Amino acid sequence: MALSKRQRAKVFRVSQYALLVVVAAVLAVVADWSEIQRSFFNLDIAAEMFPNVITVALKNTLVYTALGFAFGLALGLVLALMKLSPVGPYRWLATIYIEFFRGVPALLVFIALSFGVPLAFGLQFDIYSTVMLALGIVGAAYMAETIRAGIQAVPKGQIEAARSLGMSHGRTLLTVVIPQAFRIILPPLTNELILLTKDSSLIYIIGLARDQYELTKFGRETLSRSPSLTPILVVGLCYLLITLPLGHLSRYLERRTGGKKISTPESTGLGVSA
Amino acid sequence: MSELAVEITGLKKSFGTLDVLKGIDVRVERGDVVCIIGPSGSGKSTLLRCVNLLEEPTGGTIVVNGTELTDPDVDIDAARTRIGMVFQSFNLFSHLNVLNNLMVAQRKVLKRDAKQAQEVALRNLERVGLSDKVNAMPGQLSGGQQQRVAIARALSMDPDVMLFDEPTSALDPELVGDVLGVMRQLADEGMTMLVVTHEMQFAREVADRVLFMDGGYVVEEGPAEQVIGAPQHERTQSFLARVLDPTHQGPRST
Ligand SMILES: Nc1ncnc2c1ncn2[C@@H]1O[C@H](COP(=O)(O)OP(=O)(O)OP(=O)(O)O)[C@@H](O)[C@H]1O
Ligand SMILES: [Mg+2]
Repeated sequence: MALSKRQRAKVFRVSQYALLVVVAAVLAVVADWSEIQRSFFNLDIAAEMFPNVITVALKNTLVYTALGFAFGLALGLVLALMKLSPVGPYRWLATIYIEFFRGVPALLVFIALSFGVPLAFGLQFDIYSTVMLALGIVGAAYMAETIRAGIQAVPKGQIEAARSLGMSHGRTLLTVVIPQAFRIILPPLTNELILLTKDSSLIYIIGLARDQYELTKFGRETLSRSPSLTPILVVGLCYLLITLPLGHLSRYLERRTGGKKISTPESTGLGVSA
Repeated sequence: MSELAVEITGLKKSFGTLDVLKGIDVRVERGDVVCIIGPSGSGKSTLLRCVNLLEEPTGGTIVVNGTELTDPDVDIDAARTRIGMVFQSFNLFSHLNVLNNLMVAQRKVLKRDAKQAQEVALRNLERVGLSDKVNAMPGQLSGGQQQRVAIARALSMDPDVMLFDEPTSALDPELVGDVLGVMRQLADEGMTMLVVTHEMQFAREVADRVLFMDGGYVVEEGPAEQVIGAPQHERTQSFLARVLDPTHQGPRST
């Protein structure tokens, strides 16, 4: 039975659908739907989580992430400029920093800041400072490389134009290079923001007051009172509320900056009298 | 102050082992238009870029309006505000609209207040015939319009000298005229200009003097009708033959 190439492809496709139908049918018969609903979609538990899951947990996740991102961005910019410095030691220090903090787990940094530093130096940060420092220190290591790449991607002609207008090196950096670099790296920075949003969950290892809970801690705490996966599912959806739009934003920005701008058709013929 | 706007003496420039400029002397009087022609790779851009120290000379001196730029103690940023530069690739700041392209250096470097900077910007935009594009972004403009904005941006600093490096080479043929028109008008107003160009017609009509460069030297210089109309040097002749009548020549291009 010699089947043509096209016929074989068709048989293959049909059998894939058939498999899917069989698996779905078996699941429908075998599964205990009320049990599944009790453990995953318990609406009573979900309802009980509101409104605090939004007004406290989601809000805190956003605040912690924003703090960490802001600090990480500033530190990342400094590190990127150090990496581009003509002074060797600056470059080496930046490289060591970046390699170190990209190489160790973020959780380790949270532990260091919340338990290590207080024990070693007797220095106790409040919760906001701890999150800001921990997330920022880790985020900066990643953002530094992105920012450096962005700065190097600014066309040389832009810098020469600025210098030829009398701008100093530093003025050129501030007025021309950095604004353009940030336009270029907006998509990868948005992705970094998504990663930080998820990493903000690491704060759960620290003892938090109830009004300091972020999503993960809030879910974990609700879970200990309600033996169901529902709390985890709810906070998971809350994370998606943040990360999915950011993901779309990142892809949108990527398309926008990737696409070449077109010149307007009405723009010719405005002659200057010769 | 002398009548010389630009005085270049014994200028040398090498990139590593490559000697690009091997001893150039150029004097440009105030109000003069000097066109620089020559084959590709002869060092025309390098010469122009040395005049505002975008390239650091290896030897020789450059004096612009009495300021020796090659003096190690010179404030080069201040000196550059007096020297306008127009690039082949326009180089408008892509993140700023037209008005801000014209205002940013006035504000940040010359410390003009917003009102004055805007006034100067609008006046220069009008000079290049683009008053209706104040709010456009560079990406929305044609090449010819971008280059005219770039000229207006340089003019907004009130320079004593303008440098043009092949300002029309990146343009579609039908847009060249607009840019040359602006440059011609500038020349008529008495601006001192150093222009690297392949537009022989423009050089003939506008230039007070033409320099022909080849192999790192100025091979021939003089009034346009002489250098372009009746070149003395053999290398000038063959270059002009190739440029003026490219279809009747072999594949070696300029
Ligand atoms: N930054 C640089 N590093 C190394 N070599 C360079 C550099 N800039 C220019 N050169 C070399 O110097 C020589 C002269 O270049 P230049 O751009 O001045 O020529 P040009 O006369 O302007 O040519 P064109 O008509 O093609 O613009 C070329 O061989 C070029 O490769
Ligand atoms: Mg050139």
